[in-house]
Amino acid sequence: MSVFDGLKFRRVYSPIHNLDPRIKFVYVCAIFAVAIIFGELLPLIILFIMQIPFVLLAGVKRQWLRSMRGAAFLATIIFLTNFIFAFIGGRAMAESLENAVAMTLRFIVLVESFSVFFLTTSPDHLGLALEQTHIPYEFCFAFTTAVRFVPVLAEEAQTIMDAQKARGLELERGNFLKRIRNYIPILIPLIVSAIRRSLELAEAMESRAWGATKKRTNLYMLKMRRGDFVLILITIGILATAIYVRLYVMIPSFNELLRGLF
Amino acid sequence: MIEAQDIYFTYPNGVEALKGISLTIQNGEFVAIMGQNGAGKTTLVKHFNGLLKPTKGKVLIDEVDTTKVSVATLARNVGFVFQNPDHQLFSETVEDEIAFALKNFGFKENVTKRRVTWALNLLGLTQYRKTSPFMLSGGERKRVALASVLAWNPKILILDEPTIGQDYQQKEKLRQFILQMKAQRKTIIIVTHDVEFVAECNPRVLLMLEGKVVADGEARKVLTNLEILTQASIVPPQIAQIFLQLSDLELPKNVIDIYEAQGILLKILEKKAP
Amino acid sequence: MAIIETKNLTYTYPGGTKPSIKDVSIKVEKGEFTLITGPSGCGKTTLCRCFNGLIPHFYQGELKGEITVSGLNVAENPIHELAKHVGLVFQNPENQLFALSVEKDVAFGLENLGVPREEMRKRADWALQLAGIYDLRERAPHELSGGQQQRAAIASVLAMQPEVIVLDEPTSFLDPLGAKKIFEVIYELNRTLGITVLLVEHRLDLTARYANHIIILDEGKVVLDGEPRKILSSEEARLIGVGIPKATRLYHALQKDGVKLGNTIPLSSDEMVALLREALKP
Repeated sequence: MSVFDGLKFRRVYSPIHNLDPRIKFVYVCAIFAVAIIFGELLPLIILFIMQIPFVLLAGVKRQWLRSMRGAAFLATIIFLTNFIFAFIGGRAMAESLENAVAMTLRFIVLVESFSVFFLTTSPDHLGLALEQTHIPYEFCFAFTTAVRFVPVLAEEAQTIMDAQKARGLELERGNFLKRIRNYIPILIPLIVSAIRRSLELAEAMESRAWGATKKRTNLYMLKMRRGDFVLILITIGILATAIYVRLYVMIPSFNELLRGLF
Repeated sequence: MIEAQDIYFTYPNGVEALKGISLTIQNGEFVAIMGQNGAGKTTLVKHFNGLLKPTKGKVLIDEVDTTKVSVATLARNVGFVFQNPDHQLFSETVEDEIAFALKNFGFKENVTKRRVTWALNLLGLTQYRKTSPFMLSGGERKRVALASVLAWNPKILILDEPTIGQDYQQKEKLRQFILQMKAQRKTIIIVTHDVEFVAECNPRVLLMLEGKVVADGEARKVLTNLEILTQASIVPPQIAQIFLQLSDLELPKNVIDIYEAQGILLKILEKKAP
Repeated sequence: MAIIETKNLTYTYPGGTKPSIKDVSIKVEKGEFTLITGPSGCGKTTLCRCFNGLIPHFYQGELKGEITVSGLNVAENPIHELAKHVGLVFQNPENQLFALSVEKDVAFGLENLGVPREEMRKRADWALQLAGIYDLRERAPHELSGGQQQRAAIASVLAMQPEVIVLDEPTSFLDPLGAKKIFEVIYELNRTLGITVLLVEHRLDLTARYANHIIILDEGKVVLDGEPRKILSSEEARLIGVGIPKATRLYHALQKDGVKLGNTIPLSSDEMVALLREALKP
């Protein structure tokens, strides 16, 4: 179940993992904003390259590359769509190309930064951040509980498939419609089991004084540390630079840059 | 006949669950596979209907290599009843549930109808024919799951932890039922860590520890071998415990049955009476 | 003063045609280790849920009669109040752990109660130590074995420092070794901390030795209630079909054949061995 591998957080301790998720999130939003501000290729290339130190520092290179590969399909579509429409619209070949690459890169920068965020933030860290941003506890709890049960559900799905295969169910055979119908004996037990599980969880929650007081306390507390302040400064710096450049600096196109260099 | 030829199995996550197991189970045998959780019992039996294929070595069911046929084909002869019936139940009625496998195996309509009625009768579920399986109690759902596997009359029956959550009477009924199946010359394999239940059934016992079979023999011999049981973290059945602790008093050692114990102790104690 | 007392307790689930428990009148004294058993469907699970208020507050339905736990009338107190006095451990270890680390789960009840962080830390560590899982506190529940998960569940109930702990077939899904560890943990809690324990179990051969009080239910009614050695020797217990320990059965079988083996009825193999050694002395 490699799909779920992405959600299985690996307990690696790097400086990036230890950063406050709220600050990381603000940083990612800032990158998002900057990527929107600029439609030109050059700044986007710079933005893309800027993320790489984070990836390396966090030690998540392999998983990051995997998520990049996942984005490749959509990225290609974005590239082709932009290129074709620009070209048809009457722009020159070089210009259309540059524009298409820029738009693709914008998409990739977004995927890149969110991917780094999720790869370096453990679900409980994230849940804790949600709690401390005063999001109602019910939602934070629903989130962390859901994540906690992902591996359990995955295993259960596998067991159910085994049980039904052992009764002669063939999942690989048949036309498209038949295959979908063949998944009913898998889905129903899974859903029924999920409902039973929720009931048992609710019982356990109630038995541990759920809802006793609105003023819930927390075993852990997120504290802002040196690294977080550094990240805040970096974020402000990037935003300030971006705004300044947007307003006052003429950004050359990639073409012009190349011509200027040679 | 089930044959395992020096099989090894490693899960995709790298855990080596079976480390070189060779065994033969003849037709009509009654075998209990025992061991702690994680010893590899369920992993082993999943090789018998092809759900798992060995990473090394071969498994032959009636001389057919399990890697050469589909699970559905093997399932025709190997019925596997999973531990949790809720992992199987999905139909609108008990009747449909029992007919599910029969339909998968391509049984004709009239044969299916007959088999369903037979299975319902066998497990005392006739009054629930049109009931939704989800409305039944835990014990009844277990019987529906069992009925749905017996319906296609497999030669080999595998029961994975059939005694979990069952009370004393239910276990008795299960024991009687197994004896009934045995009388019908079925090969029966139970995976369990319930020593008392195994002591009462007295099957052949395969004791597993960390992916290997460390003991293979009669229940009365294996369940009284304190050394091996301790290694495998299994507590001997109460009767065996009593006789093992009294082994210095020249009492017979391989006793697991309460009636046998009664007889032996009676003779010895009457001799002592003035 | 009984820590749990019920008078004619009768409960019907919503939409049920007949009561799941009928006229149950029992008394459990402080510090007792009470075994509750009976054939499937006898009402043991329903009774457990009455002790901490899940019945009637969570399950609704019709509750008649009286039930008082730690001096509180269950019908008149919300579950979160009762939870401070009665902890309930369920059958399935997996579905009692919701957090992503064991210690967060152990603190869950305390967080709900608004206990200050310092105090929480202390109590959580204390509970983890008692349950023997202190070094597993940072692990995720999915990484633990069934036995370890169940001990985590016990720790999270323990952290709330209840006077009573009720366990509903806690070892159903565990292997014998895991089950033994659980019984040892709760026996210790009963012995050293004086926590009243109510244990619902089928496997009397493993648990009868710990109990000083046994209640047997059948079809929703209390059929036998008293001292384990006496109760498990009765003909009635045999007829109901509970799993009387083999040692006890053997003792009585020999007695019927005219052999008396000392005065204490054995509940475990160790006790039986002691009796036999006495009798077989040259």
